[in-house]
Amino acid sequence: MNAWRTPGIWVALLVILAIGLMPIVLKSDATREVVFTVLLSVALASSLNIILGYTGYVSFGHIVFFGLGGYVGLYALNVVGLPLWMAISAGGLAAGLLAFLLGKAILRLRGAYFALATIGINEAMRAFVINFPAFGGAIGISLNFRIYREYGGATSALWLTYYLMVAFTLLAVALSYAIKTSKFGLGLIAIRENEDAAEVMGVVTPNAKTWAYVLSAIIPGMVGVLFYFKNGNIEPGDAFRLHFSIELLVMVMLGGFGTVVGPILGAAGYQRLRGILLTTPVLKDIQLVVAGVLLLLIILFIPSGAVGWLRHRFPKLRQVLP
Amino acid sequence: MENLSFLIDGLLLGFVYGVAAMGLTLIWGVMNVINLAHGPIIALGSFGVYLLFSRLGMNPYLALIFTGAAGLLLGIVIYWIAINRVIEAPHLSSLLATFSVNMVIIGLGTAAFSTTPRNIDYSLGSLTFNTITIPISRIIAAVASIIFTAVLYLFLYRTTLGKYVRAVANNRAAAELMGIPSRRILALSFGLGSTLAALAGGLIATIFPFTILSGGVYELKSFVIGVLGGLGNPLGALIGGLALGLLEGIIPAFLPVTWVPVLEFALFVLILLFRPTGLFGVKK
Repeated sequence: MNAWRTPGIWVALLVILAIGLMPIVLKSDATREVVFTVLLSVALASSLNIILGYTGYVSFGHIVFFGLGGYVGLYALNVVGLPLWMAISAGGLAAGLLAFLLGKAILRLRGAYFALATIGINEAMRAFVINFPAFGGAIGISLNFRIYREYGGATSALWLTYYLMVAFTLLAVALSYAIKTSKFGLGLIAIRENEDAAEVMGVVTPNAKTWAYVLSAIIPGMVGVLFYFKNGNIEPGDAFRLHFSIELLVMVMLGGFGTVVGPILGAAGYQRLRGILLTTPVLKDIQLVVAGVLLLLIILFIPSGAVGWLRHRFPKLRQVLP
Repeated sequence: MENLSFLIDGLLLGFVYGVAAMGLTLIWGVMNVINLAHGPIIALGSFGVYLLFSRLGMNPYLALIFTGAAGLLLGIVIYWIAINRVIEAPHLSSLLATFSVNMVIIGLGTAAFSTTPRNIDYSLGSLTFNTITIPISRIIAAVASIIFTAVLYLFLYRTTLGKYVRAVANNRAAAELMGIPSRRILALSFGLGSTLAALAGGLIATIFPFTILSGGVYELKSFVIGVLGGLGNPLGALIGGLALGLLEGIIPAFLPVTWVPVLEFALFVLILLFRPTGLFGVKK
């Protein structure tokens, strides 16, 4: 494929790999935790970008796939006793299936109505899980520590989830790029620009939208399993937190919506900023205020995000920055 | 008999939900913006009444009027700072712009008031009929909600300014051609929406304990109600509020109370799918 000869995507993947190798070289648990959070954000933001950035549908409750994946994964590990790789697949499958069913229904809604529906689905799911005894109701599921022993004890289980996280992040970015440069991706972008015109030009919009939604849900479902496997327990309040969903939107906007590199930069930048705000004593109490003001400034003055702005300002970059 | 008591409680509360939702739906109807800062403004309304009552010893219902006026000013300021520039942009921009206002208010509010629950220690007692007891504060809240709705309607349908608001909601470009300063009308509408939010928050403060974060629950309820009654239809919002209040009163009679949000949000999604103009909405 021609698209893979562009240096931009390889640079992006190599940078992610290099950052991913850092904790392994340093053998530092603290660095590993920081990088894990950044990679998680990159994977989630890149996935969200498929439906949000390419297709132009604002999925406000995207975290529902991450939470559902986590629940299905922990249930599979803890109750059914499946191995980790099967739990991860089950998480991805559940998220994809939910997206498929939802996609058939709610992707008919346009604009703000779709955004509202995704909020409603996230809240409905949270409220449902609280009442669902198999998933532990309001208390959630705690992973049995015996399960870590199958992976060589807690320490090596943590490293294992980390390696997998690096792999899934690379996969998410590669997938995002593959979609963007494919004919399917072109159809999605046509939907974003003008859905009716896209339909007239022969894009089967309901199918394209549904598949975009499914593709943007599978990786969040799988990394949800990883995250909660590492975390050891899952509760409804954390798993379906709308706030986290919105943070993902912010990351995509920050980096540049509809670009491949944007969500990577946005996620890394946002997590870095959050780290600084949380550790600076003066700003700690008002970190939310600072983040809010920054977000507002970006929306008002650089709505296309960092990468979008660069591409606009320096047209030559368009060939190298996917 | 206990069920009837629940039902009346729910119904009276429904009026207050209706006022909160009316603010949301007014903003949506006039400028097609979903205001994600609605919840924090509701919470600020609660704090407004609380502070005037506990610091100045003002009667909570008198404090409500001042809080409503402050809400109008706050809404107009928010409009000019955060929304005016993105009013023509895609929905994502206005959603995130209002959400950033949400973050700022929550951040400042948490720093100033912490998240310990507050309540207004002002009891009016309750009325008792046979075995049914109704707190008077709820009755007043319901009556006040009806008054606010009536005032809103008088404003929208009996004043020139209200006519401008309706004109801008109907067709902004045409309204501008008729010489209506549309941006100022949008600012005013956002202010009115915020006033309604603040008033609802103030009424809630006389009934329940609250924190700066508790507005979020009412914001979500406002979404449900707004969709139920048809987004952009203020009277529909009041009826939607009553419907939701009734639902919250009825469901606990045959299901555990934790199922209420499940059914509410399921209903919300279903209505969005099958009647996006709302149960009482007119086709646009």
